[in-house]
Amino acid sequence: MSSVRVLVGTHKGAFVLTSDGKRDKWEVSGPHFGGWEVYHLKGSPVDPDRIYASQTTGWFGQIIQRSNDGGNSWEPVDNKFAYEGVPGTHTWYDGTPHPWEFKRVWHLEPSLEDPDVVYAGAEDAALFRSTDGGKSWHELAGLREHNTGPRWQPGAGGLCLHTIILDPSDPNRIFIAISAAGAFRTTDGGKSWTPINKGLVSNFMPEPTAEIGHCVHHVAMHPSRPGVLFMQKHWDVMRSDDAGDNWHEVSGNLPSDFGFVVDIHAHEPETIYVVPIKSDSEHVPPDGKLRVYRSRTGGNEWEALTRGLPQENCYVNVLRDAMSVDTLEKCGIYFGTTGGQVFVSADEGDSWKPIVQNLPAVLSVEVQTLS
Amino acid sequence: MIRIRVQLPAHLRTLARVTGEISVEIEGAVTQRSVLDAVEVNYPTLRGTIRDQMTHRRRAFIRFFACGEDLSLESPDRSLPEPVATGREPFLVVGAIAGG
Repeated sequence: MSSVRVLVGTHKGAFVLTSDGKRDKWEVSGPHFGGWEVYHLKGSPVDPDRIYASQTTGWFGQIIQRSNDGGNSWEPVDNKFAYEGVPGTHTWYDGTPHPWEFKRVWHLEPSLEDPDVVYAGAEDAALFRSTDGGKSWHELAGLREHNTGPRWQPGAGGLCLHTIILDPSDPNRIFIAISAAGAFRTTDGGKSWTPINKGLVSNFMPEPTAEIGHCVHHVAMHPSRPGVLFMQKHWDVMRSDDAGDNWHEVSGNLPSDFGFVVDIHAHEPETIYVVPIKSDSEHVPPDGKLRVYRSRTGGNEWEALTRGLPQENCYVNVLRDAMSVDTLEKCGIYFGTTGGQVFVSADEGDSWKPIVQNLPAVLSVEVQTLS
Repeated sequence: MIRIRVQLPAHLRTLARVTGEISVEIEGAVTQRSVLDAVEVNYPTLRGTIRDQMTHRRRAFIRFFACGEDLSLESPDRSLPEPVATGREPFLVVGAIAGG
């Protein structure tokens, strides 16, 4: 029988939640790496027992952990993230040049083909790759050395590369997103990169439609349609039908188009999910009601999903990597909150139940569907 | 060869999978640099957690103490106090106190 394993990164450690395919009764293990911030964990699509985790604190820096047994045991692997060459500068908040400095890994993306190959998205924004299971890391420097790099500026959370999407139809095509530089695409395996921000409008910028500078919060792609991308931007939910060459807004009737997460139904590429947040100055749900919004039309027409979610006095946030879906026949949707809740819907979002309610603030949620 | 005692903060003991104090053998001058080099050779998982991997500079929220003195701002090549260098007193690696 199928089962699911939910990998939860929190402000104070990682947790592994497991259930059978009914997704009704759950076992919780953790905290792993207690006391450390775990920005992200993700398992290999080709070897689900191979899981990578990013463990970090301001005191002791970055650790990468690897599990070969589905998260039961872990071993630290290499944590040396060295920028290639002389890194130079990007632009600081006040507009002055600022040296590139490695701070942490926000996102780990295991290869679709080889469990020893894994990508790491870093702050300050850079893309690293390991081809030996995390024992060594090498920067794909063509991204950071893009001619716009010196003009990249951090968002409030830092200059972070937080989204990595590997194209299942073309191993040389990768999409990434950086706050607050925007989205980029490579078609040569990471040697050269193109900004893909045409159609984005960011009114906080001096030039709202500039080539770079957009605060992209998250991007999602359905594996069956790698040319279609959905984006939750600082404000605006966006869609591209040409692999990022052009974007158009699909916020439609959302109560707020500010938010962090966006994800796609496992079996319906036009069914997408977001969690509207009130505003950039108040990172809480509108009206104190935690609502997931679902569009079955690829955007613009949205319905509120509320059954089982708190509908009063709820003031949590759902961060950019904190939503995921399983691939069971009835697609399961999962998300975690800064209030320490992890919710599951075993019926495509129609109804929700908490798996856990009192974890530390949730930074990321990834789901593995196991057979 | 001298055996030097080193006390690590709790998180680094967990990471290195040790309990209590550790010790490392040093040949030659006993300095912050030689002690930390030996710690990192014996416990590779601690590389980058006390000193920056590339510059080998002390991480901002780490302090070094020994014999009641704060040695954090001393040159890494200065000899450590005699009680540390003879193994009577430990070299302390301390995480700064901070909330959160």
